[in-house]
Amino acid sequence: MALLPVALTVTSCKREERNFNTPPPNVSEAQTNPSFKNPLEENAYSLSEGKRLFSQYNCNGCHAQGGGGMGPALMDEKWIYGARPEQVFATIVEGRPNGMPSFRDRVPETQVWQLSAYVRSLSGHVPKDAASSRDDHMQGKPPESRTKEQPIKNTSPP
Amino acid sequence: MRARQINWGFLTWVALVNTTVAATTQSSVDPAGPQAQHISQLWWVMLYLLTGVFILVMSLLSIGAFRRRSKAAETSGRNVIQTDSLRETKMARVVMGGVVVTTVILFALLVSSFIVGRTIYSIPKEPTVLTIDITGHQWWWDVRYENQVASQIVTTANEIHIPVGRQILFKLNSADVIHSFWVPNLHGKTDLIPGHPAETWLKADRTGVYRGQCAEFCGHQHAHMAFEVVVESEEQFQAWYESQLKSAPAQLTSSQSRGLQLFLSKPCVMCHTIQGTDAGGKVGPDLTHLASRQTIAAGALQNNRTNLSRWILNSQDVKPGNHMPPIPLNSEELNFVLDYLESLK
Repeated sequence: MALLPVALTVTSCKREERNFNTPPPNVSEAQTNPSFKNPLEENAYSLSEGKRLFSQYNCNGCHAQGGGGMGPALMDEKWIYGARPEQVFATIVEGRPNGMPSFRDRVPETQVWQLSAYVRSLSGHVPKDAASSRDDHMQGKPPESRTKEQPIKNTSPP
Repeated sequence: MRARQINWGFLTWVALVNTTVAATTQSSVDPAGPQAQHISQLWWVMLYLLTGVFILVMSLLSIGAFRRRSKAAETSGRNVIQTDSLRETKMARVVMGGVVVTTVILFALLVSSFIVGRTIYSIPKEPTVLTIDITGHQWWWDVRYENQVASQIVTTANEIHIPVGRQILFKLNSADVIHSFWVPNLHGKTDLIPGHPAETWLKADRTGVYRGQCAEFCGHQHAHMAFEVVVESEEQFQAWYESQLKSAPAQLTSSQSRGLQLFLSKPCVMCHTIQGTDAGGKVGPDLTHLASRQTIAAGALQNNRTNLSRWILNSQDVKPGNHMPPIPLNSEELNFVLDYLESLK
């Protein structure tokens, strides 16, 4: 019984770490390794940074808060260009037809990984203890920590 | 150093610094305006009064602690407290007297504190000559000089210029968490609460540069969120204002224009604005007149080429956790960007 608080503390350490100078995950390794996992998805700070960047880089201009508008919804089960972390990374960096800009060089790699983690959290694909439990703006939907993990359906572009 | 050893050398140094150097920038006991003057006066009154009280109480305590027992009790060998009704009454009167004096002093301080508060807020406000909007961000200050004519609005960051001898209205708000606007030489602290705009009036009666800093814990770099209030003559202020209204220079040398190209194609453009160029980011400070400021990174570094390059290449080493990412530039690109930034006077 005495071990329980110790165990809880130890397991939550990774969630709470804030490393400001660590190099981002290696992109080529991410794209060749089929079982790549974005370590930032387990980190609450990175997910909240992704949320901040999503708003500050005006992703909500086209994607709203995940509901979409000019751009597709990000919180549903439909994925046009792939739902894996490195695929979302590629979408942000390369841009996509019909209006998704390319952010290569404009958004540093670490931040793209944070954004990729956040986008995946919108449809519930990140550990719930790291996902954000409160929005800084008016909430239109339950927070990511209470978002059910959606299935992944690959669809074609509209 | 064992916990019980007092480092006298260090304490002496601290005492010397606080008494000799205190009367300069960022000091509430060196008031440069009427608001700070009243606060400072109240502070000194409290200090003298309460030092007197402290000495009195400590003396009484020492007398009580070191007084010898009466001869009778010592020689009789029994631990008997001699009760003497006359002495008891005297002692009761002394204690009552102490309680009354304490209450009176506390009420006097309460009333004087209240009066100082009222005095500060009823310092006559002349027709508003200048209104400055301060928006606190994590961890920098957004400064915007209001004007009815949109083209006359000046936007800058972390360095506030005001003319001497005029009441200036500051409208305070925050973009994220609670900060607090504090220039000790000019006034007390006023919190910047998101969604709850506040107002404060400052007046500086002598010219100088007064440092202020954030006075409400706001995150990782709260300690490095400083700003400067530059108080100057009316003519100097007008000249500064005119130069701040200008857009970034359009005539650039080749290395400066290469620097601008790099600025527009790297992460810089995502967050910063430079008026007169295509850079219109609103996340970070306005850089249109970066080279005219004394410090960068909200007072964390002096504004020179070395510090700029340190800041750009890895601001996380200077202010870990701040929202500016490290910018990957090789030394040639860095030189072009620095050349451009130094042209932003």
